[in-house]
Parts: sequence; structure tokens; C-alpha cells
Amino acid sequence: MAARAETQRIGRLERSALTGVLVREVVNFTSYWKASTFSSTVEPTIYLLAFGFGFGSLVSRVGGFPYVEFVGTGTVATAVLFSSAFPAMFGTFVKYKFQRTYDAILAAPVDTEELVTGEAIWIATRAGVYGCVPMIVAIFFGLDVSWGMLLVPLIGWLAGLGWACFGIMIAGFASSFENFNYVVSAVLTPLFLLAGTFFPLSTLPRWAQILGEVNPLHQCVQLVRDAVFLNLSWVDLLRAGYLALFALVLWRIAIHAMERKLID
Amino acid sequence: MSDELAIRLRGAVKRYGQITAVNGLDLDVPVGTCVGLLGPNGAGKSTTMRLLTAQAIADDGEIEVLGFRLPKESKAARADCGVVPQLDNLDVTLTVEQNLLVFSHLYRIPRAERREAIERAVQMANLDARRHDKVDKLSGGMRRRLLIARALVHRPRLVLLDEPTVGLDPQVRQELWALIDALRAQGTTILMSTHYIEEAQRLADTVLIMSHGKGVAAGPPAELVAEHAGREVLEVYGPPARLAEVQAEAAEAGLSTRRTGTSISILGVDENGHPFEGERRQANLEDVFVLLTGEEIE
Repeated sequence: MAARAETQRIGRLERSALTGVLVREVVNFTSYWKASTFSSTVEPTIYLLAFGFGFGSLVSRVGGFPYVEFVGTGTVATAVLFSSAFPAMFGTFVKYKFQRTYDAILAAPVDTEELVTGEAIWIATRAGVYGCVPMIVAIFFGLDVSWGMLLVPLIGWLAGLGWACFGIMIAGFASSFENFNYVVSAVLTPLFLLAGTFFPLSTLPRWAQILGEVNPLHQCVQLVRDAVFLNLSWVDLLRAGYLALFALVLWRIAIHAMERKLID
Repeated sequence: MSDELAIRLRGAVKRYGQITAVNGLDLDVPVGTCVGLLGPNGAGKSTTMRLLTAQAIADDGEIEVLGFRLPKESKAARADCGVVPQLDNLDVTLTVEQNLLVFSHLYRIPRAERREAIERAVQMANLDARRHDKVDKLSGGMRRRLLIARALVHRPRLVLLDEPTVGLDPQVRQELWALIDALRAQGTTILMSTHYIEEAQRLADTVLIMSHGKGVAAGPPAELVAEHAGREVLEVYGPPARLAEVQAEAAEAGLSTRRTGTSISILGVDENGHPFEGERRQANLEDVFVLLTGEEIE
């Protein structure tokens, strides 16, 4: 009995603690994957069809690409956002407040830092996978297959990590579900529209273009397009770096917010 | 130092804004014993439990759990603790086995031992026939048994039970008492908070009575009764006006009393030589509890 206690390391971000948090999520996923896969797949597909064909009948080419391909690559970022920021916000709040799951996990040898990290990694992984769905749908509508598509899940993962931390942070600061309305209306919807998903930002006024450049979602859209259309350059390295920085900063703030919430 | 103590608190203080939930608490839980934290609602029992898992950080004082200093070394302590929370936090969409599987990972049971640990927990919870059922299909008693078994999946040296039978019917309560008693018989150290006096009397080797965030008395239940309430108590019944009179007369005679709602209990009537008529009964822990924690509900 005592022997086992002695073999335990005390450290931060321990692998066994992260594994515990991830196993919980994976086992839970087996009970709800159908609904979650359905919504994460259908929503971006509807956007793709509605804009791609509705709008596509008016404009044939945008930014040098057939419109369906422009939207098909752009909605990858939408799918990433919808399957990361939203589940992170709502899921975290439900697990904290209504299911008291985090009370149970923190009574085990898991710290808040490990809990937040594990949850964010899990959400990012799901977002990386779900993010590929619009691209795959677009292939059926004429998007050419390229090796650069192999990078898309990784880009989705990196962007998803930042948005997952964003969602956890919001849940950490929120005192009720109603607070999320402000975030969705004032932050996520504008960023979603200012991402260059459905129209290029170059058509917008200068101030909106600048806002677009700092929008991680826009950087994600650009990275995906450059990867899929094989236009990668050193600028994309900066974009990836920017997404990594976004994730890093929000990761630390999310941990801080959840510590405040979970530890009295 | 505290080799023989599983839990050691010295002068622990925890404030929430204006409210001081734990106010200079000293607590010793020797290895291999079952200690009951007994107190009314709001006495600071649940906060004390949260301090022990570092889910609340003390503002002052010293806390040691299994020889680890909190909050710094809390994670190492938690690895060898099992915690049964007051509020059910099972994953309700998962099966009995899946809930145990998740916690076998969270508590770092090596892969080779995992299967056996889950099996042992299923048997302990007596849920063999329901192992593949989702938790939201289980009765309240079954869920409670699973909650306890989940906390024991890694064979912890110390178990923290926060109000383990609150809100359950007597049959289920007995079942859980048997489970806790079996654990105690195996030599597991237990700290249990409760406001059910019978629970403390039956299960605890020693009891700490808490009031306003402090310990007001500690010892084996029988000794506490003998010390504070004497051997026998006189139960005087009557209409409210009569009870008030009796209480005043007893106070004049230098005897302690407590109200029970329907009668006045006069304590320390072991010797004769008092003018009161009533039913004699043995003094119990409830007498001590009410005497020490006050009669008024706040």
C-alpha cells in the first residue's frame, strides 16, 4: 500500500492526470457521439450548400477560386469554431455547475491546470476531425484533392485548441448561462463573419480588414486555403505562430479563470 | 511527528468574505480509526472536507493529510484518498462499469490491476447484475453505493465521507452503514461528516462536535455522553406553558435542560433529590449535541 504512494511523482501537468481526464471524455463520447457528430457535420454542410449554391449562382469565382471551393475551404474554420468554442463554453459550465463533474475530478490526483489542459486537448482533437467535414463535402462538389489537405486536421487542432481555451475561459468567468449570449452576439458572431469564410476581406473597409487580421478564425481560414490550394509560404508560418500564441495566452487565462471558480 | 495521524489540522481557518466557515479548527484522525465530524448545518463540516482535498485553501493554520502538507503536496495526498461527496456527481449517461473505469484511470491504477479493481468495486457496491446499466437507470440507494465504491476503486488508505447517507431512507442507510463498517473492519482510516447522530454513534470511534467552525468537544461517543449529559435524562412532557415552567425550575436547581420539541429533557439527574416527575431514559449523543451546539436554529 505504502509502496505505491512512494512511486507517485508530484509534478505539474502529469501525463497520468491528463490521461485520466481524456479517458473520461472518450468514454463519455461513446454515449453521445451520434448527436455531436450530426450537429458538427450538418451545420457547416448547410452553410456550404446554402452559400456555395445560393450565392455561387450569382458569383462564379471569388479570390481566384470557384466559389464552392472558396466556401468549402472557408467553412472548415466555421466547423472548427462550432465544435470547439461552443462545446467548451456550454460543456464546461454544465460539468461545473450541474453535473459537478469537476468536483469529482479535482478530488482525484488531478489539478485544475491538468483538468483544463486535458479538456482543451480533447475538444481540439474533436475540432480537428470535425473541421475536415466541410472540406470532404466540398470534394464531392468538385474541390481537387491535394496533399496539403493532410495539414487541415492539424490546423483545425491548433485553432480548436485556442477556441476551446476561449470557451473554457468564458465558462470560468460566467456566472450563468445567460452570460453566454453576450459572448456569442458580441464576440463570436462578428469574428465568424469577419473571417473571410464567405467573402474575401479585401472587399471590406480598411478598419474591418485590420480587425480580420487579428481574428484567429481568419488566420485559420487562410491557412486552410493555402494548404488545400498548395499556396503555402513563410507567411503561413506566421499565421500558425499566431494561432499558437492565441492558444497559449487563452490556455493560461482559462486555467486562471477555472481555478478561481473551482478552488475556494 | 504525525506518522500515526492520517489527518492533522491545527488552527485551520477558512473565510468566505465576511463569513468564517472554519474558525481555528484542530482535528486529529489517527490511522485506522473512524472519526465522525458532527455538527449542525453551517458548522463548517463540508468546508473542512474541501480543505482536506485542497478544493478550498485555508487562510490560516496547518493541514497535513497522510503526512503530506497541504495545499502544496495535496495531489500526492489525494492519490491515496477516496472522497465520497455529499452531492452525487456520477456520470449519469455512463454505465456502472464505465464510471468505475474512468476513476480507475483518474486514480492511476496500473493497467494490469485495472480489471480486478473494477470487479472488486462492482462487487462491493453489490451491483453485479446492473453493471451494464446506465447510472440514470439506478435507484438512489444504488447510486449512493456506486459513489462509495467509486471512491474505493484504488484501495485508498484514507476515505473522506461527506454526509454519506443524507436524504436516504432507513433501509438504504443501514445498507451503507454495513458497507462503511466493513471498510472500517479492514483498517481503512475514515473521516465522516454527518448531522445524523445515530450514524456517528454507530460508526465513529471518536466524534468531534463542531459548532461555528470550531471543535467544541471530542472523544468516543460514550465518553462524551458521560461527560456532558451524565448517565440518565428525565423527559418531562406537558403543554408548552408547563414545559417553560419546568425549564425555569430546573435552571434554578442548577440542572441543564434541553428542549426536544415535545418535552423538556433534564440532564444529569443520575442522583435523586429533585422534584421533577417524568420518564427516565439513558442519556445519548443527541443530548450532548444539542447542549453543545445550541438549541436555536440560525
